[in-house]
Amino acid sequence: MEHGTVRTARVVVILAALFTALCPAPLPAAEPIKLGIAGAHSGDLASYGLPTVKAVEMVVKETSSKGGVLGRPVEMFVEDDVCKPEVATNTATKLVSQKVHAVIGHICSGATKAALGIYKDARLVVISPSATNPELTQSGQYPNFYRTIASDDAQARLEVDFAIATLKLKKIAVLHDKGDYGKGLAEYAKKFIEQSQRASVVLFEGVTPGAVDYSAVVQKIRRAGADGVIYGGYHPEAASIVSQMRKKGMKTVFISDDGVKVDTFIKVAQKYAEGVYATGPKDTTKNPLAISAIEGHRKAYGADPGAFFLNGITAAQAILNAFQKAGSTNYDTLGRALQTEFVETPLGRIRFDRRGDAIGVGFSLYQVRNGAYVEVSR
Amino acid sequence: MDYFLELLIGGLTRGSIYALIALGYTMVYGIIELINFAHGEIYMLGAFTALIVASVLTLHGMTGLSVLILASVVAVLYAAAYGFTVEKIAYKPLRQAPRLSPLISAIGMSIFLQNYVLLAQTSDFLPFPNLLPALPFLDPYSRFIGPTEFVIVLTTALATVALSCFIKFTRLGRAMRATAQDRGMAMLLGVNVNAVISTTFIVGSALAAIGGILIATHVGRINFAIGFIAGIKAFTAAVLGGIGSIPGAVLGGLVLGWTESFATGYLSSDYEDVFAFCLLVLILILRPAGILGRSTVQKV
Repeated sequence: MEHGTVRTARVVVILAALFTALCPAPLPAAEPIKLGIAGAHSGDLASYGLPTVKAVEMVVKETSSKGGVLGRPVEMFVEDDVCKPEVATNTATKLVSQKVHAVIGHICSGATKAALGIYKDARLVVISPSATNPELTQSGQYPNFYRTIASDDAQARLEVDFAIATLKLKKIAVLHDKGDYGKGLAEYAKKFIEQSQRASVVLFEGVTPGAVDYSAVVQKIRRAGADGVIYGGYHPEAASIVSQMRKKGMKTVFISDDGVKVDTFIKVAQKYAEGVYATGPKDTTKNPLAISAIEGHRKAYGADPGAFFLNGITAAQAILNAFQKAGSTNYDTLGRALQTEFVETPLGRIRFDRRGDAIGVGFSLYQVRNGAYVEVSR
Repeated sequence: MDYFLELLIGGLTRGSIYALIALGYTMVYGIIELINFAHGEIYMLGAFTALIVASVLTLHGMTGLSVLILASVVAVLYAAAYGFTVEKIAYKPLRQAPRLSPLISAIGMSIFLQNYVLLAQTSDFLPFPNLLPALPFLDPYSRFIGPTEFVIVLTTALATVALSCFIKFTRLGRAMRATAQDRGMAMLLGVNVNAVISTTFIVGSALAAIGGILIATHVGRINFAIGFIAGIKAFTAAVLGGIGSIPGAVLGGLVLGWTESFATGYLSSDYEDVFAFCLLVLILILRPAGILGRSTVQKV
């Protein structure tokens, strides 16, 4: 008897197991929208990638609490690319095989470039919060790529436009500090000046960073007859060059970049800093969305957010908004929504241009007036 | 012609800056054949001390020349004390060790002092006040030379003459020369070699501090790392001129300054250092002991 009971019980269990396996799982309210997040989450450059993960987490949490997007929950798929192009291709393949609907990332320009081809073939929209390489958008090779940060040449473009259109400079000396950042910027500035055909580059030179004296270069600027200097580099050398120019009685206009748009520059160059122009990121400290995002991060993680955090928030909000406005996860309608629908973000009210650069994100021009940087309207 | 003159004077200033620091290098090398890599750091400490003293004095309402003199005196004393101490801690215990040991010790000292200032002060650039009084008689020539440049050139010239006289004509100078020639023999003849070496470090460090103040005034800013590049350039100047020789250090500094200035002016500043170091290689091929250096006879 006892034997029989056990057997019956076993049969029931097996049947039950079979039944559950065969029976389709109860349908969820809706299939989730899958968001891939790719970037450096470990290794040397993890500090560039992790803030974006937290940013997306915060946006997703907030969206979910309001009922998700299109009535569907949002799910995150976080993948690490360590900022390496060769790893990024694997990351991309994995996200594609997980059937994500869009990707936020990657973080580094090199890794982003390596991964983009794979996403393009899979018809996936990619939004990077931090990849600044100009080619990514300007080459036109990646119609699926968008970004919420200004590209590297945006500063050079702003500097040159200001120098030529507003200040009406004709002869411009372009200097740099031979570093990746400074030289890259200077090369763009040179290219833009030449393209404009309304001014000429009378001098293009690199200076030695940390040198005790820049008088020879300063004399060269004078001899070239430049009415303006565009400098790509950081504040210590800029302070020396400006001081020496002013001490030698030169009133040449000095325009530089966000490496110079720091208060240390004014502190060091003192009275010689007056009138210097520098481009710098748009001021977001007064944007209520940015304030609340940073506040939210402090509350959730007990610390101030890291690099590209606001860009990450913006990317997440832009893509979720696009899903909502497009009404589907279709690649084509999603792209159209990104390009036409404005969205309020911590970086301001933005949408994307046809190449994928965010309109409304970027740099402003500042000038030192009475010992402080003041935004200059053009 | 004006342009040439501008470059010539620019190169003279730059060369004088290198020479002022190179003097200390060359003195120490002349006496104990040690390349004192911490020399650049003493220069930086001098500038920092002057900045701190000047800030305090200015806060107390002092102005003008008195601030400059007081700050310089304190900085020179402080830097000299540092030079003296560094020698006692890092080099003296290694006097009998193989030549590589004090060299490594010197590099260690340099790294230590840099990081000490980094931690004790700041990693940021600090503005250095212009303590020099205006020199109105230079105003018509302002496109060629400013007051700080003028003072730097003048100081280098004075320091070179004073140092040469000191070594040539004083008792201590004679003891220095004796120690440089043959330390053992000098000791046998009653020269207090340790005292002579200490004096060398004190004088060299004092000069470095003066250089630090003047150059920081010229550049207008300092941070903990300024000693490194200045030290490398000054070392190059000392080798170029013939390390161990006082006039050689000055000549080396000037040659280096002019090379850089003219290379920038007529060719391209991108390759400023390339030209400077090509010249160094060339001179060392033709004259291995430097422009004014004497190749020492091997003492068998």
